[in-house]
Amino acid sequence: MSSGLPGPAPDERATPEGRRNAQGIRIDPAVEAEPATRRAVISVLVEHEPGVLSKVSGLFSRRQFNIESLTVGPTEDDSRARITVVTEESDPGIDQIEKQLRKQIPVISVKELPGNAINRELALVKVEAENPDEVAAVAEMYDANTVDACPETVTVEITGSRQKIAAAVDTFERFGVREVTRTGTAALARGTESTTDDTTPQSTNQ
Amino acid sequence: MSERASTAPTDGASGEATPTEDEEPKRPRTGATSVVEALENAGVEYCFGVQGGAIMPVYDALYDSQAVRHVTMAHEQGAAHAADAYGIVSGEPGVCMATSGPGATNLVTGIADASMDSDPVVALTGQVPTEFVGNDAFQETDTTGVTAPITKTNYFASGADTVGDDVSEAFGLAAAGRPGPTLVDLPKDVTQDETDHEPGPPTTPDTYQVTERADPSAVREAADTIEAANRPLLLVGGGVIKGDASEEVRQFAKTYDVPVTTTMPAVGAFPEDHELALEMAGMHGTGYANMAITHTDCLVAVGCRFDDRLTGGIETFAPDAEVVHVDIDPAEISKNVKADYPLVGDAATVVTQLDEAMRAAPETKKWRATCQQWKSEYPMDYSTPDDEPLKPQFVVEAFDEATEDDAIVTTGVGQHQMWAVQYWQYTEPRTWVSSHGLGTMGYGLPAAIGAKVAAPDTQVVSFEGDGSFLMTMQELSVAVRENLDITVVVLNNEHIGMVRQWQDAFYDRRRMASEYHWCPDFATLAEGFGAKGITVAEYDEVADAITEALEYDGPAVLDCYIDPEENVYPMVPSGGDNGQFALEEGHL
Repeated sequence: MSSGLPGPAPDERATPEGRRNAQGIRIDPAVEAEPATRRAVISVLVEHEPGVLSKVSGLFSRRQFNIESLTVGPTEDDSRARITVVTEESDPGIDQIEKQLRKQIPVISVKELPGNAINRELALVKVEAENPDEVAAVAEMYDANTVDACPETVTVEITGSRQKIAAAVDTFERFGVREVTRTGTAALARGTESTTDDTTPQSTNQ
Repeated sequence: MSERASTAPTDGASGEATPTEDEEPKRPRTGATSVVEALENAGVEYCFGVQGGAIMPVYDALYDSQAVRHVTMAHEQGAAHAADAYGIVSGEPGVCMATSGPGATNLVTGIADASMDSDPVVALTGQVPTEFVGNDAFQETDTTGVTAPITKTNYFASGADTVGDDVSEAFGLAAAGRPGPTLVDLPKDVTQDETDHEPGPPTTPDTYQVTERADPSAVREAADTIEAANRPLLLVGGGVIKGDASEEVRQFAKTYDVPVTTTMPAVGAFPEDHELALEMAGMHGTGYANMAITHTDCLVAVGCRFDDRLTGGIETFAPDAEVVHVDIDPAEISKNVKADYPLVGDAATVVTQLDEAMRAAPETKKWRATCQQWKSEYPMDYSTPDDEPLKPQFVVEAFDEATEDDAIVTTGVGQHQMWAVQYWQYTEPRTWVSSHGLGTMGYGLPAAIGAKVAAPDTQVVSFEGDGSFLMTMQELSVAVRENLDITVVVLNNEHIGMVRQWQDAFYDRRRMASEYHWCPDFATLAEGFGAKGITVAEYDEVADAITEALEYDGPAVLDCYIDPEENVYPMVPSGGDNGQFALEEGHL
């Protein structure tokens, strides 16, 4: 038989009044709500080598980070690639994403871009071509280019912000949209500001 | 350990004629040569592994190495655990090797274990030749894909000229900063191709930098907070052992009279016989440690990651405490518990910085008295009624008594692990070797092999449950073959005991798949392996059996029939309040 150990039972013990929230932050339980989430655009400079994309994307799934889009492509330096990640998380969550990204060995720099950064996405939209003139008019309205046409369909290319593309796709819906493909956001910091975090590039790499 | 490499060229007495140096055909210098040179450059003395098709070129190159000795394990999982324990005990990365496919996947549990416990391990895996990769070739597995989430980083070797440097970097990174496992996948063509390249010493990439010293202004603020605290508590984590900071932490605690609790990986970092020691906190920590961690107003956490087995429910974890968190990995700061004073840096360096910044000791007399009162209120006392079977706590204490102070303890995972940590008094770092984060049953015996190889002059005792022992007991063949003087203690309750305990507490005693009903005779099995086997079931047999097992020159297995109904207490149920730990089943 298991007799257990001596000592006062749990209900005989003093307990503190304090509490923490799910993020481990000390709170006043009466007022504290869950932290609000926000959208963050994070630019990640990585070594251009096999397996980097799967290491970075795997990180998001296994740590349950919300990810809206992830794009990758070469940069001005052949040995490096840039990944742009758009995420919707709380501030502690965004902080964790940045730190966990920095821990990846092929990651060179991680920087959340400011709200005024240039964000662009590309979409290809294949619409029904019953009314080609009207399609062309809508395309013009959104600065879209017609990139392919046949008697049944017209395919247009639209670049711009996520909101602009969403609006354009909505508008094309009236003709009937057959297929859409979107790239996710690519982003650069504005003016002379660097997209690479060159202030503390690796000091927190772990 | 295989002596073949050092004896083969000169030992002509072993039967067939051994080629002299003149007759030895000139062997080409290959990628595999370069791999072995990288091991030699890193100062590797031992590696643990299992042969197989795709890794054969590396083993062939190892044949010529005078410096690196190989321990052939029974199973690749054992190789990974042995390397892991070697890393814990020696402080240097342990090396394990396996072939492609099943060899590599068998390593996975051990690599994941090392990853969770931040143990330095370098894994080398064979791979099918590059031209077959992606074809579902014989014994092909996407090893870098499988191990990406459980390694610090991994490498797919792309050519004979670079493979040696890949291994050197894997070494550098396994040990640097927060340690962890790295892996190099070695396609057979890469290790077979010729190369002139000689790899350099272990290195880390330029883009990898570790912060050693914490921001002085943050240290200042943290020191001010500690000075002003009424109920300060040091929470020592495994990083203190990995960072060789035990001395600094001991000094700090004693200088400022701050009570100390540890996480499980940090057991031994602070001497448990010191009056400031509250021992381990968390799920099966002591009552006094859990009271202290619940009531502290300033928690100084060094090198820990606030695992859920430590914190219990986060809502009630140290709810009145300002948290000073020292860690070399910035990602651990405020991951689970918000750090009010984040100090990123090396444990020894930052604790020294804190010490230099302290202008006065906090007033802890009353707090220490409270902690002492908790120690007397919640003693780790157990009873040994004559009419009940042997208590496991008694066996652990008897072994502690019979062994030297620096003896190393390894364990599997489960009830026996908790009794081994609770009832053995640890006083030195690197004497407690266990599977903490991953909770890998079967860790104990291969870990004992790795520990004994790393510290051949130190006593090594491995506590096992019957369930844990059955998972990796084939490694007993290795201990016998290598004549490793280790003692395996099976705390045999013929159950998956911890599961049985949970079923009793939380599943209405519905003991599904936790009762064995029958166990093999471990003493006879041990004898079959060529080890010493002893069985005990009575209190008055224990002392003699321990003496016999310890005195036996070689591996001995002591099978102890313990009370199958004995439970581990204190216990904080999963997600519970540390301060509300249960002392008996009625409290759950």
